[in-house]
Amino acid sequence: MTVTDPAPDAAAAELQEQFDAVIARHDRVEPRDWMPEKYRATLVRQIAQHAHSEIIGMQPEGNWITRAPSLRRKATLLAKVQDEAGHGLYLYSAAETLGASRGELTEKLISGKQKYSSIFNYPTLSYADVGTIGWLVDGAAICNQVPLCRTSYGPYGRSMIRICKEESFHQRQGYELLMTMMRGTDEQRAMVQESVDRFWWPALMMFGPPDADSPNTAQSMAWGIKRDTNDDLRQKFVDMSVPQAERLGVTLPDPDLRWNAERGAHDFGQPDWDEFMAVVKGGGPCNAERIAHRKRAHDDGAWVREAASAFAAKGA
Amino acid sequence: MPDSQPEDFAADGGHGAVPLDGVPTALGEQPPSGEWPLYEVFVRGKRGLNHVHVGSLHAADDTMAVHHARDVYTRRNEGVSIWVVRADAITASSPDEKDPMFAPAGDKVYRHPTFYDIPDDVPHM
Ligand SMILES: [Fe+2]
Ligand SMILES: [Fe+2]
Repeated sequence: MTVTDPAPDAAAAELQEQFDAVIARHDRVEPRDWMPEKYRATLVRQIAQHAHSEIIGMQPEGNWITRAPSLRRKATLLAKVQDEAGHGLYLYSAAETLGASRGELTEKLISGKQKYSSIFNYPTLSYADVGTIGWLVDGAAICNQVPLCRTSYGPYGRSMIRICKEESFHQRQGYELLMTMMRGTDEQRAMVQESVDRFWWPALMMFGPPDADSPNTAQSMAWGIKRDTNDDLRQKFVDMSVPQAERLGVTLPDPDLRWNAERGAHDFGQPDWDEFMAVVKGGGPCNAERIAHRKRAHDDGAWVREAASAFAAKGA
Repeated sequence: MPDSQPEDFAADGGHGAVPLDGVPTALGEQPPSGEWPLYEVFVRGKRGLNHVHVGSLHAADDTMAVHHARDVYTRRNEGVSIWVVRADAITASSPDEKDPMFAPAGDKVYRHPTFYDIPDDVPHM
């Protein structure tokens, strides 16, 4: 599938008009349609970095597969991590409909030219982190991803529908894991609280900086690529998480968190955006390790890819 | 956020905020060398339904494409049958989905049952 080049001036206006009409109707843009170059570039960037996040996102939890405390937990964790690989592949496939090549995307991830979500640069220090990631990190992902099912680019929206169906399992297994630990010993309860203390703020950062600092949001929303602003999604996530934390019996580490009856929503504190910037720029606790691991996996797999190609060439 | 850091970030990646500025999106900077070919995947959800396009994947050959399709697209009983076909073997109607190829159908409203007025009191129609 190829992407059509921008048309000559005469026809360009008509193509732009057709594109605008599709967006105005809340219809979907499909791969073979003409699209403005900036729309295409925005999608490539968004879908590629979303895919990279899924792929790198396997590492923090993958760390605990061999040390899961029971066969049941190990099977669950394996399935969850395998799903994240699947999510990455659905999204790479969507990016390819825009003309990106798989090898190019992988190279841009490994070389650090394209980024992935900052949340995966935090370490998983205890097994409780597996539960907290499912509950809060996948929970935040759900808040981000559900509106994207209606995104204007067809292949991206279809990938998101598949992904959202699977995320619900991710969040529930995490919450159930934490509930089980909360019914355990004082030590286990302390492990859960300590884990929630570490992940709460990075989870809030997942929605991006405040809207006032997000100049591109308006254009992405006008194009129907993005459906909600960073702040709206963050608010929704906080409002959903507070009663879940209460039910679980943990405290969320924010002294400013309280119900605001006037707004019908929770007031809450701001994450440390300087920390966020530092982590995105490579200064997080695990940035170098995550990329090195991905590069190693890619390099170590080279002979397998080559052997399979040679075998296929022999059979052809 | 401090003014010295003008980059925009959004909750782009479903799993969290990623930068929007200074991220390369140009295509074809490196030719895809030695990349496995692209396959389109079609899955029959259950008996009685057509195969439906679900996405694509890379594989070295047809057999591997079927195996990969099972792992990527049917981890939860989403299908009872899989077709894979190399993407470069597909012929599509047109670059623009809305070209004159489908125009002839537009003015043939008489092909639809609603074109014909039947009084409400005629039963079973
Ligand atoms: Fe995911
Ligand atoms: Fe997930």
